Amino acid sequence: MKNSVLFFLLAFVCLSQTARAQDDDLLKSLDQPTSKTFTSATFKGTRLINGHTVETVKGKHLDFLISHRFGRLNSGVDNFYGLDEASIRLGLEYGITDRLTAGVGRSNIQKTVDLYLKYRLLRQSTQGSLLSVTLFASDAIVTEPTRSNASSTLYYNNGERQNWTFQALIARKFSDRFSLQLMPTLLTLAKPEQGPKAIPAVGIGGRFKISKRVSINAEYYARFLSESDQLTAPGGVKSYNAVAVGVDIETGGHVFQLHFTNSQGMIEKQFLSQATGNFFKGDIHYGFNISRTFSFDRKTKKDW
Amino acid sequence: MKILSFLLAFALSFSAHAQLFLTQTGETRFFSKTPVEDISAVNKKVGVVLNSQTGEIVVRMAITDFNFPNKLMQEHFNENYLESEKYPYGLFRGKIQNLPDLTKPGTYDVSAPGSLDIHGVKQDRTMKGKITVQGDKITLQSDLQVALVDHKIEVPKLVFAKIAEVIDVKNQFVLQKK
Repeated sequence: MKNSVLFFLLAFVCLSQTARAQDDDLLKSLDQPTSKTFTSATFKGTRLINGHTVETVKGKHLDFLISHRFGRLNSGVDNFYGLDEASIRLGLEYGITDRLTAGVGRSNIQKTVDLYLKYRLLRQSTQGSLLSVTLFASDAIVTEPTRSNASSTLYYNNGERQNWTFQALIARKFSDRFSLQLMPTLLTLAKPEQGPKAIPAVGIGGRFKISKRVSINAEYYARFLSESDQLTAPGGVKSYNAVAVGVDIETGGHVFQLHFTNSQGMIEKQFLSQATGNFFKGDIHYGFNISRTFSFDRKTKKDW
Repeated sequence: MKILSFLLAFALSFSAHAQLFLTQTGETRFFSKTPVEDISAVNKKVGVVLNSQTGEIVVRMAITDFNFPNKLMQEHFNENYLESEKYPYGLFRGKIQNLPDLTKPGTYDVSAPGSLDIHGVKQDRTMKGKITVQGDKITLQSDLQVALVDHKIEVPKLVFAKIAEVIDVKNQFVLQKK
């Protein structure tokens, strides 16, 4: 009697033990050490608004960018509140590797061609760097012809047409909704209209997602200019620090960026030295960036 | 004392029978045809484990391991569609009903009722597929369709490339005896 009770008890215990062990084992036997994952989508594109973000184009991918800035909102109904005029930049960016991007663009402002390289030095990850750091260098080449009238700069050689920008883009994605970026910048102008040849600046910008596919962005560049430095844009107009606010709308495949800014120029040289609008007096340009990505990665062939 | 030792042997024999077959490199791919461009992705790091005694099977994949030819798509897929930071894994737990003798080579049709957990939403599903036994190697093949609505995966109204409401998924898992 005792024995049979013992028998049942033991059998029951053993059986329930093995059953439970198997249940746990099945998923446990799959556990593998989690590998380091890099934070993705700190920003939705390679541009925050006017300036660059830490994001680079993925390896063997080509980005085609169309950027527009209309005229000033306060230019009145005759000018359709700025929509009658537009400046444009077309650009191509190619990811040589996941971390190195080469780009070229052309804008109608002073017929400027810009060439640049971007390199991701550090990437924020789950078990590693707290920050993403991307280095950026660009040369903006003014190709407009020299005319001897008062509103245009006279260029005596090609060296005077080169304008270099160096940036460190430092960003952190704090949550899936909020990212912040700092941009220490140095712009060198080969031939400024009036003012210094070297313009140090620091930018701050960020994005905040208000829904799954829409984010609000802001960007501000503060330039370090001494009191005596009157930096003027071509035509002798006073230039201001660049301010921009906007929204990003991701529509699957495309990212639309719609924004308001006091700069009609869309590259570093232009918004750091030629932003002639006083944002708080209504000198605001409405604009947008659209990017489309093409993949030339044949390795991931569709073996469906 | 004799009884005790008999009991121990009896209990041990139970666990000795439970033979596990597993892989960490199973392949899952999915496909969706859109008018603009086809969307396809493959995950080659799928973990699968099968208990040959009970027929219990667990399939687990990290959503971030899906590779798309277009990396921008991959980013959108993880960030907006499957929200892989919140729901890192896709999981299937099931039990193969008509489990064949896995010691005999051959190909068998099987079905496994269980629960499919994608995007944090569990669905009761019955997986149908084929088991091919070759020595210590078992190949599982299974095709299924996943309706986005079933797992609360939202497609925005503004999307240009219309994504199919139902996604075709193909699985091929080669399991090794542990």
